[in-house]
Amino acid sequence: MDSAETTIRDRGLSYRQKAAALARLGEERIAPLHISRRTEELRSARVVCDLMEGPAPWRPRYILPDYEAYFRKGSEFLRIEAPRDLLGAVFALLSIYRQIPSITGYPVWLGDLDSLLEPFALPNESDGLAPEQDRILRMFMEQIDRDLPDSFCHADLGPRATRVGRAILRHQRGAARAVPNLSLRYDSELTEDSFAEEAASCALDCAKPSFANHRLFQADFDALGLGPYAIASCYNGLPVGGGSCTLVRLNLAAFASNARVSGMSPEDFISGPLAEAVASVLEYIQERVRFVMRESGFFESSFLAAEGIIDPSRFTAMFGLVGLAECVNALLAGRGARFGHDRAADELGMAILGEINRLVAAHRDPNLKASGGRYLLHAQVGIDSDSGVSPGCRIPIGEEPPLPQHLLRSAPFHGPFVAGTGDVFAFEPTARANPGQIVDAVKGFFALGGRYFSCYAADSDVIRVTGYLVKRSEVERLRHGEVVPNASTVLGKNAIDNLKVLDRAIRR
Amino acid sequence: MMGLVPGPEGAAVRGEVARILPFSAVDGPGNRGVVFLQGCDFGCGYCHNPETRMACALCGACIGACPESALSGGPGSRPAWDRSRCRDCGSCVAACSHGSSPKVRSMEAREALDELEPYRPFLRGITVSGGECLLQSDFLAELLEQGRARGLPGLVDTNGSRPLASLPRITSAAEGFMLDVKAWNEAEHIALTASSNSTVLQNLGFLARQGSLFEVRTVIVPGSFDLEETVRETSAVLAAARSMARYRLIRYRPWGVRPERAAALSEPDEDLMARLAALALAQGAASVLVS
Repeated sequence: MDSAETTIRDRGLSYRQKAAALARLGEERIAPLHISRRTEELRSARVVCDLMEGPAPWRPRYILPDYEAYFRKGSEFLRIEAPRDLLGAVFALLSIYRQIPSITGYPVWLGDLDSLLEPFALPNESDGLAPEQDRILRMFMEQIDRDLPDSFCHADLGPRATRVGRAILRHQRGAARAVPNLSLRYDSELTEDSFAEEAASCALDCAKPSFANHRLFQADFDALGLGPYAIASCYNGLPVGGGSCTLVRLNLAAFASNARVSGMSPEDFISGPLAEAVASVLEYIQERVRFVMRESGFFESSFLAAEGIIDPSRFTAMFGLVGLAECVNALLAGRGARFGHDRAADELGMAILGEINRLVAAHRDPNLKASGGRYLLHAQVGIDSDSGVSPGCRIPIGEEPPLPQHLLRSAPFHGPFVAGTGDVFAFEPTARANPGQIVDAVKGFFALGGRYFSCYAADSDVIRVTGYLVKRSEVERLRHGEVVPNASTVLGKNAIDNLKVLDRAIRR
Repeated sequence: MMGLVPGPEGAAVRGEVARILPFSAVDGPGNRGVVFLQGCDFGCGYCHNPETRMACALCGACIGACPESALSGGPGSRPAWDRSRCRDCGSCVAACSHGSSPKVRSMEAREALDELEPYRPFLRGITVSGGECLLQSDFLAELLEQGRARGLPGLVDTNGSRPLASLPRITSAAEGFMLDVKAWNEAEHIALTASSNSTVLQNLGFLARQGSLFEVRTVIVPGSFDLEETVRETSAVLAAARSMARYRLIRYRPWGVRPERAAALSEPDEDLMARLAALALAQGAASVLVS
């Protein structure tokens, strides 16, 4: 049976999941990219991977619409007027979400929901939302979960506390849904402690929001001339009104099993196979960017571009890396030093990361205007078929040091990842009694240079797999052969099996 | 109960430190570094860390009990503890029949705070606990004063056996207090802890009126004392002083308790905890936490 027929006859996929799989098969009939032999070799060795973007990139992978511009002008294409009240605003958002391309068919960024909707908020006596507005907001969040069943749909809150922000946290906490993913852009000088504690309590109950280091992200984006940023998909920091054409990753763990590399000195590795692979990734990203920007016709046919909701000059590209821990451990196998535990291993990890960062920062893509054509570094979280490959620079599950040492050791590895990285921590359910502890840990982590912090309580139904969320109860339904609406649940099930996600150290 | 060895004239005060915990969610608000001091003057049946009660008897029984060979020396001197080999398995304290531990260290306040220094960005403050930290009041005062100077305000976690009204250096250096009220009735308190509670109750009133009481705790052990009376009367003192202190009702659990003691104690059920929490609120406690 060919793949199309297998997909059509599959009893475990929903209609939408089949449609997406069939569309993918269509794309795979052509191969318009020019890929060098060396890159092809590294692709088949799984060192270089485009993460299921397909062989003919016909739209940017990550699109972050300028929803404020959309709210100011409405859309001629969608025949939507600029909203004047909360109902109009959520109607406008729900009307546009499905029009935003991505590789999953669902939008990866839903907006800064609190600052977008707060201007329409009418307070009640206790400074919350008026009951009818609260109901509209609740149904809006519920519809996002039903209509966009994809764990990579991401919305942002903060940094300041708002009525809408507090109401969203309250709804999320009660509903325990995997969608949308949520980040709180946290700045200890702008974010009220009480709001941060509400966010921490919400995170313990339903694994979101994560905390993003707002000051660090904004400083990095300003330094690169990229302007406003948002957190999309898993934890991807990208320019608002633009996004990223592509994400290609370098799998450092794939070197670990390579006989040529395992006996090498760290210096020879960095100047040899590593530099060669980085060059291949850069070349591959550039070819994919060229096709999206110059050949696909995407920007010429998109109403988002025509109406100024996205701007081609605000698109960048992401250089991802994964499996630093496994790579370091393999290179130092003779010395028995382990990444995350021994200074020598962490220093080698930093040297490898520093060299990748240097090479990426030195490269310029003539087809991109954002930050002068410079790509952004991203700590990729892995794909569901990865086994023995830790996300980004994370310490492998099963080897995590105690929480304070873990935070101290991880923070320096967050710095270079302007386009996102993060650590995930599972807490004892008793942590609910003291959400201030989580906020204190976040404050310290961010003061030390940490970029992104996620947590959940070990008994929560919604958990963070690597960067996205799944409901454990839905994974169980899938295991029993049921059709589930959220395609990410399949990814989560495989990652739970392959990456030991449920074996994370429980922090107290 | 153990005494402090005074240092030579002019030398910094040294304390007997049972343990330093760089990261705790259960010793006050937010994330806190905790310094546990060795030595306690109460003998509670349900004590969860009985190894913090007494000074080392120098018997050497723990040395052979360590499976990692982290302890050395012999009878007549304090065992040397090699921290790098220690796996925290607990064999040494299980082998100790004197309510002590070979891991107790004699330290200056500065040294104890230096151990917390790497974690300072994560910490809202420190908590000094025990044992009973008021038994080493000079060292405690040093910890609180130096901690505050480093941006780590200190909470004092105490059994209240020393009159705080006569310890002004402590009350002015501390950010606040966490006090155990183990039983209201004195005879029951003596049966439970082998000590009177008259000073404890004086301290309760004093700290509540002073506004420096952060938390009061009662461990709920059904059958060991009059639970209703203790919760009711304690809450009434808080209410009369208009204290904002949180009243924490702690379920007794057998973990860490000496097995021969644990056998005689029973755990409370959810209904009882809820009833006592409601009673505390009805009596005017500002907030109640069941844990």
